[in-house]
Amino acid sequence: MAKVPVQFTLNGSEKAEFVESGTTLLNALRDKIGDTSPKGGCHQGTCGACSVIIDGELRLSCLTLAETCNGAAITTTSGLAEGGVLHPLQRAFLDTFATQCGFCTPGMIMAAKVLLDHTPNPSRDEVVEALSGNICRCTGYEPIIQAVLTAARANSQNAA
Amino acid sequence: MELRKNYFADVRKDDLHEIGQPRPRSDSPGHVTGKTAFFADRSFPGMLHLKMVRSPHHHARIRSIDTSQAEKHPGVVKVLTAKDVPHNVYTILILIQIGPEDETVLADGKVRWKGEAVVAVLAETERAAQEAAAKVKVDYEVLPAVFDMEEALKPGAPLVNEYHGQNYYLYDSGECRKVRFGDVEAGFAGADHILEQSYQSSPIEHAPTETTGCVVAPEGNDRFTCYTNTQAMFFTLDNTSIILQMPGSKLHFVGGTVGGGFGGKVDVIVEPIAILGAKLTGRPVCFVYSREEEMQISSPRAAEKVVIKDGVMKDGRIVARKVTGYTDAGAYSRHSPYGAQKGAGHYPGPYTIPNVWIDTYCVYTNRTPSSAMRGFGVTIGDFALEVQMDKLARLIGMDPLEFRFVNAYRDGDMKAHRQPTEGAALIECMQEASRAANWPVAEKYMAMSSYRKGA
Repeated sequence: MAKVPVQFTLNGSEKAEFVESGTTLLNALRDKIGDTSPKGGCHQGTCGACSVIIDGELRLSCLTLAETCNGAAITTTSGLAEGGVLHPLQRAFLDTFATQCGFCTPGMIMAAKVLLDHTPNPSRDEVVEALSGNICRCTGYEPIIQAVLTAARANSQNAA
Repeated sequence: MELRKNYFADVRKDDLHEIGQPRPRSDSPGHVTGKTAFFADRSFPGMLHLKMVRSPHHHARIRSIDTSQAEKHPGVVKVLTAKDVPHNVYTILILIQIGPEDETVLADGKVRWKGEAVVAVLAETERAAQEAAAKVKVDYEVLPAVFDMEEALKPGAPLVNEYHGQNYYLYDSGECRKVRFGDVEAGFAGADHILEQSYQSSPIEHAPTETTGCVVAPEGNDRFTCYTNTQAMFFTLDNTSIILQMPGSKLHFVGGTVGGGFGGKVDVIVEPIAILGAKLTGRPVCFVYSREEEMQISSPRAAEKVVIKDGVMKDGRIVARKVTGYTDAGAYSRHSPYGAQKGAGHYPGPYTIPNVWIDTYCVYTNRTPSSAMRGFGVTIGDFALEVQMDKLARLIGMDPLEFRFVNAYRDGDMKAHRQPTEGAALIECMQEASRAANWPVAEKYMAMSSYRKGA
């Protein structure tokens, strides 16, 4: 099958790969580039486990073709910590016991990051709305909501 | 977090060091950084993808299987049928002597539920495996099917599973698990009121976010490493050893990281056939359920029917209870004979009842095989029992919480299955619930104790 070149920035690093035309960004990241932090839970855009950030917007990598990402800046959960220091969202997820099995966690953190990037001090309702596309089947939603609110408070204290 | 230390204060040392203290979870740092390795995060050069051809019928005889077109499909490396599986008929709980072996790894001559695995296709890509699976031709003769437990138990019902010979699991106690305690008919005869009710539930899917699957890598020395999200590592290792007729020393299972299980990943389904594929091709193999397979193929919680007849006195004492429970195993046993057995022990509930009669049936139907899920065998029973308790309280005009205090089991009480009660805490839990829910009960109930005589 014909291969197409794709080139983008992943967590600040240049990446270039040849993929079969029609390959999803999820499969390209996981199978070709080796970033397995986005998870495949449904491969049909319903669970949110594959969420990544493309040019500042939250996207489902299982419904995004890799070949449409040429030149894009892509962020995944594996790239959030800087020099071993956890991102405030990662810290908050740890401190508020917002992980159970952990499978939805990278996608949840992506959705939460896009929210906080756009809305640094969200209301609880805004957090719930922002996470509404991400399923946690351990149903640990309440600690996850608390984690996002905790990270938002930590951010605003740092800013002040 | 608040610890209520007044409960059991006179029988417990106040030396808790861990309980009540927040301790970080050891797995969370991996989860929040995306470093936790789930089975599907492993891949190996040359890895093949396995896809299953599944039965479109609930019950059918297989006249013939033609895999020739599938084998010619570009990218296909191997096509497996029942004859390729060394020990094709198995049952998970044979490890604890719960037989007979009643389930096929790949269907042999017959399918007993819609979705049953018939042919396994191994190909270079997931897509090639999927396309080739669609080219396998299976000629079926459709048979009458039965979907209702009570219909399945009637004479003349279609026989679901020949390995059992009848549509129920034959326990050493006969056609059902039985509990007999006191004289239930005498209890009913002396009761002020009798209440008989039926309760029913449908199958429930666990729907874990991570679907069931495994990745197998041949180690080059006739040994295989299997990365799996099973919840039952040693069940899986031992059953795989039986199915593949390989010593356990040839099998290395790596797991413990499960992206949601809830009981749905305790069956031994994907690993043996994936390891067989790796053995016969010499290549790594990935077999992972699609979301559709997870919802339609993986075992759900069993459908249950519970019929409860209680005799109760005007003062609130339950004096007799008769329960008939039905667990829908679907076409194969898996963990359901055990689930139905747990129900038999559980149906008296956490209550002391002097006269008890319980029968629980594990029934075979042409539905998706059911298995474990969070308290299987007792969860649906608890729903039925506690709804029944509310109805009984209403029947005699008593407060439903006070009614439960009257009947609550306490240390030293003999349970219907003849285990004396030890370490009971129901009364204390209900006292705290009464406070927390602001649902007051009479002072005499707040003064009761699970373990102090006379209180």
